[in-house]
Amino acid sequence: MTFDLRLPIGILFTIYGVILTGYGLLTQGSEMYQKSLGKNVNLGWGIVLLVFGLFMLLLTRLGRKN
Amino acid sequence: MSSDFLPALLAATSSVDIGASGFATSIKLNFVDYSILAAYILTVMFIGFALKRYMKSSEDFFLSGRAIPGWITGLAFISANLGAQEIIGMAASGAEYGIMTAHFYWVGAIPAMVFLGVFMMPMYYGSKARSVPEYLKMRYDEKTRTFNSISFAVLTLFSSGISMHALAELLNLLLGWNYHISLLVVSVVVLAYILKGGLSSAIYNEVLQFFMILLGIAPLAWLGLEAVGGWNGLVEKISTTRPEAMHLWQDTAGIGNPLGVPWYGILFGLGFVLSFGYWCTNFAEVQRALAARSMGAARRTPLIGAVPKMMFPAVVILPGIIAYALTHMTTNSGYTIPMKDGVANYNQVLPSMIFHYFPNGMLGLALTALMASFMSGMAANVTAFNTVWTYDIYENKFPGQKTDRQLMVMGRYATIFGVVLSIGCAYFASNFKNIMSLLQMVFGFVNSPIFATFLLGMFTVRSNSRGAFWGLVAGTTSAFVFHGLSIAVGNPVGFIKGGWISPLIELPKEMSQSFYVAGVAFTVTFVTNIVLSLTQAREKTDAQLAGLVYSLTPKQVEDSGPWYSRPAVLGALIIIAVVALNFYFW
Repeated sequence: MTFDLRLPIGILFTIYGVILTGYGLLTQGSEMYQKSLGKNVNLGWGIVLLVFGLFMLLLTRLGRKN
Repeated sequence: MSSDFLPALLAATSSVDIGASGFATSIKLNFVDYSILAAYILTVMFIGFALKRYMKSSEDFFLSGRAIPGWITGLAFISANLGAQEIIGMAASGAEYGIMTAHFYWVGAIPAMVFLGVFMMPMYYGSKARSVPEYLKMRYDEKTRTFNSISFAVLTLFSSGISMHALAELLNLLLGWNYHISLLVVSVVVLAYILKGGLSSAIYNEVLQFFMILLGIAPLAWLGLEAVGGWNGLVEKISTTRPEAMHLWQDTAGIGNPLGVPWYGILFGLGFVLSFGYWCTNFAEVQRALAARSMGAARRTPLIGAVPKMMFPAVVILPGIIAYALTHMTTNSGYTIPMKDGVANYNQVLPSMIFHYFPNGMLGLALTALMASFMSGMAANVTAFNTVWTYDIYENKFPGQKTDRQLMVMGRYATIFGVVLSIGCAYFASNFKNIMSLLQMVFGFVNSPIFATFLLGMFTVRSNSRGAFWGLVAGTTSAFVFHGLSIAVGNPVGFIKGGWISPLIELPKEMSQSFYVAGVAFTVTFVTNIVLSLTQAREKTDAQLAGLVYSLTPKQVEDSGPWYSRPAVLGALIIIAVVALNFYFW
């Protein structure tokens, strides 16, 4: 089977990373972060998701070359 | 039998009911949350449609053409069990029983998964059986297969229905979503992607769902630890209010521990009978490994799954322990476990923490994770059901020869009525809550006799079909009888909680009652099977049993690959790690 699952996973989490990071940047200092103990979790976790998504995309590319 | 049976056992004390209350403010999702949810649904549908072109024969539809790489089947293997009830139930038990909940992983699931991969998979995969009941047919006879396929088909639908009910009720309570519409929409999504891409679609989506669940729920432990003052803060707070909640084994000489079970009960009842029974014989799990592309990949499936499974207590149980600590802190933490009718409503621990700590954005991610966990559990049940229905019941019991094309068409119909019947079971669950907690006990009744039968079938040549069938009947009956004779202290005597024959045997907790029921059922099946088999001459010759019994199966030649990819090596490393965890949290 030639279906590479890493591609849709990579795309989805890259999109999530962009959405959350962007939203986190737009809402910096917002009082909605009182809930999360003053941490801008959207920004922080958005970066984690972005890195994960891009890593999956990189693996997909490396997989294609082989 | 159900993919949710382990947490259901835990949740049994507080029942599946996820009651209201505890949420002071109503929570509003915004467009960011909704776009996260929408992107997820689009992706799962995309995967289903992309796989459609590979569905050419019934083997493709039901077994993914046995062509999937090991890392995919391995992650799908654990994801199939990560239903919404698992996530919610494990956090609930973390709060209620403390770290002893991890026994379900570090004594239960992991050793069983290693055993499945190293010792049982050569027979499962090598025999070319297309389902667990079909293996029973090859090893024993048609009766035994029928017994297993019918009980499995019924229970798998019920478990799917119970978890659908739990999710729809949760969405209704938390977000005010319409119960019927949530049930319908989520079922239609799952139905669509399975119809398109069959088992492959379920499996590939389970891997996506695995990452979704992990990355959506893990930040809760992070924020929870921040709130409680880090790991040291947690240990310090728990050790002043409830020190026994931070130890796995220290208080298990007797029953004076949170589970109310001594160490041998944990090892035999939970570790051996219940967990091996579930992980090694439940077709919704084993089917993932059967879809692997080679014997090596099939054997590695549960082993690869075991690695993240070992870490999962940090994601699902830890938030529960933190919730307990936050509730009982001397300084006000702002968070308390929701109450219902004056007692802590542990089933709400996870959702209430999500709503307490996650702002919009992260909230959408966590809700999508819950939705994903629900879908993975449901899809696992539905794909196992359609295979057992088509191969073990339709192909066999209905007259006439069936072409491969007819089997595939039947598989699609079975998928549709499997989903429809699950919805029916969900409504049933919403009307008869007590019957549901009884059914969860029943899942345990059926598992341990099946496991005893497999153990004798796979590892002895003498066990025969008469012993297998009557062993199953006797074992299952004995479970019901023992349930009728025993009662947990404080529970009302009756058909639901036990003691309906006569409450002769008093046990400290419902948990210990279920361990004893399983232990009795296993022992009765095991002994009946041996006795009946030995009173007859051997039924099958060595040639007939080749590939079905361990001693008559050729030793596996290891795949050409690095040393660490060998099942025995991988299995040994996992066991060492899990023993270390048991010592560390002694």
